[in-house]
Parts: sequence; C-alpha cells; structure tokens
Amino acid sequence: MFLLRGLFLALALALCPAPVANAQSFGRPATAAEIALWDIDVRPDGKGLPAGSGSVARGKEVFAGNCAACHGTQGQGGLQDRLVGGVGSLATPAPVKTVGSFWPYATTLFDYIHRAMPYWAPGSLGVDDTYAVSAYILHLNGILPSDAVLDQHSLPQVKMPNREGFFVDKEFRRFVNAGR
Amino acid sequence: MGKTDTGDSTRMAGLAKRNRRTFIGEAAGGVIATLAASKAAAETLADVPPRMMGAPVSGRSERSSFAELSRIPESTAGKRNVAAADAINSKTPLQSLVGTITPSDLHYERSHAGVPDLDPAKHRLLIHGMAARPTVLRVADLRAMPSFSRIMFLECSGNGWENWKAADPSLTVQNMYGMLSTHEWTGVPLRALLDMVGRTADARWMLAEGGDGSGMARSIPLTDEILDESMVAYAQNGESLRPAHGFPLRLLVPGFEGNMSVKWLRRLKLGDQPFMTRWETARYTGLMPDGRARQFHLRQDVNSVITNPSGMMHIEPGYHRVSGIAWSGHGKIEKVEFSADGGLTWRRAQLNAPVLAKAQTRFEVDWEWDGSPAKILSRSTDEKGNIQPDRKTLVGELGTNAVFHYNAQQTWAVDRQGRVTNVLA
Repeated sequence: MFLLRGLFLALALALCPAPVANAQSFGRPATAAEIALWDIDVRPDGKGLPAGSGSVARGKEVFAGNCAACHGTQGQGGLQDRLVGGVGSLATPAPVKTVGSFWPYATTLFDYIHRAMPYWAPGSLGVDDTYAVSAYILHLNGILPSDAVLDQHSLPQVKMPNREGFFVDKEFRRFVNAGR
Repeated sequence: MGKTDTGDSTRMAGLAKRNRRTFIGEAAGGVIATLAASKAAAETLADVPPRMMGAPVSGRSERSSFAELSRIPESTAGKRNVAAADAINSKTPLQSLVGTITPSDLHYERSHAGVPDLDPAKHRLLIHGMAARPTVLRVADLRAMPSFSRIMFLECSGNGWENWKAADPSLTVQNMYGMLSTHEWTGVPLRALLDMVGRTADARWMLAEGGDGSGMARSIPLTDEILDESMVAYAQNGESLRPAHGFPLRLLVPGFEGNMSVKWLRRLKLGDQPFMTRWETARYTGLMPDGRARQFHLRQDVNSVITNPSGMMHIEPGYHRVSGIAWSGHGKIEKVEFSADGGLTWRRAQLNAPVLAKAQTRFEVDWEWDGSPAKILSRSTDEKGNIQPDRKTLVGELGTNAVFHYNAQQTWAVDRQGRVTNVLA
C-alpha cells in the first residue's frame, strides 16, 4: 500500500512538472458543432468567412434599413461614425478616419458588421446581407463598382486604399511578423 | 533650491507658519471638499454637535450623507456633459481619492455596447483554436481552480486625450485622467488555462472576445510576460465583478491598454497571427504626422499627474501638501519629481507605500506657495528607467493626431487669484 502510494507520487511528480492547475482537468471538451456557433472571427486572409454572397444593390437596401439612421444615408456620418470619404486627410491637422480612408482590411469590415452591428440588434443581419452591406459601404467609398458582388473568395481580394498605412510598434513587431 | 531637495525642511517651516486661513484654503482643494456640509465649519468645540444615537446597523454600509463621490459619464474628447445614454465611458474622481485603491463603484468604465448583466449560470468560456483540447468552462469551473490576486492599474489608452491639440482651461483631473483606476483582482492564471487546453507551440496570439453586444475582441500577443501575469478574473476588491467591469468573467492583462482586458469574456481563440479586429486596426491605433498609424502600441507608458491641487480648484498662499499618482505599464515607479516653476527645477517627491509594479503609486511633496503665478507639474521614472516625457518631446515624436497613449507631463497653472487650470506646459 505504501509502496503503491509512493509509486503514484513518483508518477505524479514525473508526469506533472507544470503548475498545479494541470494536475486536474476543469470544464469539458468543446464539440466541433458548438464551436462553429461561436467561431465568428474573420482574418485578413479570409479564414473564418462563411459561405454566402451579397451585392451592392442589395446592400443599399440593407444600409437604408439598418445603418443610415446613425451613419447617414450616404455614410457621411451622423449620430455615429462617418464611413465614407476622408482620403488624403490622414496627414493633415484634421484627419478623417473612415472605412475608405483608414481601414486596412475589407475582411475586418465584414467581421465588425457581423459581430457588432446594427448597434441595437447585433448579429441580426444574415451572412448574405452582411456581405451585401459590406459591398455597399465599399462602393460608397469608390472601392467597388456598382455591380459588384462579394463572397468569401472575393472579399479578401479587395485591396483597401490604406492597406499600407500601418506599422507595428517596435515592441511587438517580431510577434506580428512571426506568423507571416 | 537643489534639483533633488527632498522638501522636508520646507515642510516643517510651512507647518510652523500654518494658520486657519491656509487650512481652509487647503481644505477647499482637498479631499475635504467632498464633504458637502463642511462649509459651516465648527468655530469652537462648543459648536460641535452633541453625540447621539446612530442609525441601525445594516446589511451593507453606504457612504456618509456628507460625502459626495461620483464618476462623470462622458463621450469622446470634446463631447462632455452628455446624457448617460450617449456616454461611452465614465471617469473616476481622482481628485477626491487618496491612497492607491479605487473603490469598486468608482473604477472607471468604458464599454462598447452598453453594460450587459449576464447570468453566470448560463455564461460559458470557450477556449479553442490552436489547442489540443478545446474546452468549455463554466464560471463555477474557474472558481474551483487555483487562483491568485493582483493589485494593478487599468487605464484606457485614450486617457489624457483632451490635451493632444489644445488645453481646455475648464477641465478637471477627473475629466482628463479619470480613465485610470487600481483594484485588487482575483482569478485564474492565464498560463494555467492555456496549458490545460494544450496550446500548441506556435500559437503566439490569442483572440479574446466579450459577450457584450459588440462582441468586443482583441488579439493578445502571448509573450512570457503576458502569459505569466494575466488572469481570467471573476472578482474585484474581494467581491464578484460588477456588471460594468465584466461580470461574470473578464481578462486582465497588467500594464497594457485597458481595452485588452476584455470584459464579459466568453471566448479565447489561439492563433499564429493577430486577427486584425476593428479595435486593433481602425480604432486603437495612433496616427502619426506622416499619416501612417502605429499599430499594437499596447503598453501603457510611464505617467503621473498631480491630483491636489489640480484643474478648477482654488488655493490660498501658504503650505500645501501636493499629492498625486504615478503609474507605469513597465513595472514599479522608481521616483517622482515635482516642479513648481514649469519644469525649470525639480525636487523629489515622497512615494507612499505600497509601491507595486503596474499599480497606482501615491506621491506627496511639500510646497509653499508665495502667491505669485506658478506652474506645477510632476515627472515620473519607472524601474526600467523610462522617464515621463515633457509635452514638447512627446508631441515632437508623435505629432498631435495620435488620440491614444498621451503620457506627457501634466502642467497645472496657478494664477495670482489661486485659480488652478489646465495648460499645455
């Protein structure tokens, strides 16, 4: 009995050099199906974009019904952020940061609308309408033509005007570059 | 006066000269100013009200009816005095607080889609991505795990943004620096959680996502420092988190911009690169003079501010025990210096214990105000040797469009009437 206990102790010491928390397991395994329900983030390379599509024309309708009240009928801003224009202003004393002038990735636009907008009912736009309203906002900024349709393949290909407008703080430069 | 005079001799001289007039003057600018009924001060002991039976003992103690302490809900810089529904943050009354710990109901608040009150029984934390064992944890699971506590400051990266371009003389230290607070937080070590789920060796970034309406999400670089010091917290100052601060769970990343300490935490996803959310691209990035934006400037740099006397106060000539706070995301505060002549000469302030890494540190210094116009300011240095820059240096490096991470020395001007106002330098 004593021998057995000693053996267990030796095993525990040998196998668990890590912190105490590792000696126990907490929580339960996550299933793939439930992860899919919450796994909403979209990276610049398009990883995470769901299947679906939306046109500029449809996006104009979605925008009028869900976005215009706060962002203005043409995205010119109102109660909330301006979404259009400002190109060429970033180095002036009065910079105007919009999707068109500042945002580096079109994928981030989809991600943000999908997770956070509209403000009073986040997540209420379907995937297709999220593609559509993303396309419309990019069209308002002159980045997409009026007949454009976005989906998981075309969205990551959109080159934003300010894509090269960012640099990483020196402390985390190697961390950002390591994964590239 | 030498540049590093400790000020002790002037203090004694000041105390000796102290009279009733200067005492009242000091009180008007100090903590006692928060006592609403103290205007009719007792002139002799005969005027002090008699003792009487007190109120019944209650289940929860409230503040004195004579004490007025409140945060100020505000919107972005330049939009003050907004309706509560339009506020995006609520600022701590630094001028009314002493010591280093912020009372729980006065910790500053910043939210991106209001304040949800989440049912802890239904709340879950999902940890997945580049991990061998994707896991779902209940709040009860986290509370059953080995825990630790840490006293640390949190600061919104927008703190101080009022002074980038111009100095509004009507601002108080609460308006300008109130997005800074210090608490004791309790939770589970982040490293233990990530070890438990089997984080892969190349998972160098972690997306932290909130369960608020905006699904606020930030990419956290998993440096050894961040892995060793961060926690998934469930308590503040000994009690469960309050809804405004992330109930039932939040992330805490000591020393880094407050936005990374994601509230209402419900998902941690491990990855090999940053996820580039709206907040780390379009929002919390610093515009430079050439129009490019600095990204992932995450650490809160060395900083300090005098809280008494400070903006919109009124002081009388004579002795003042100047008080303020210093903090640095790099570690402990090593020293704080005080200048009463706009930064020409400096002397060392006293640091009051406790002096903890990445926590607010209280400093005090004696000052005898002779009634002539003065400019008072503080300058902090941390244990890594970082020195709080003067405004000219900071703006020379970053320009005036950065919005975030303003940590220049804060100057308060005192005019002949004793009015204390915000100035650029």
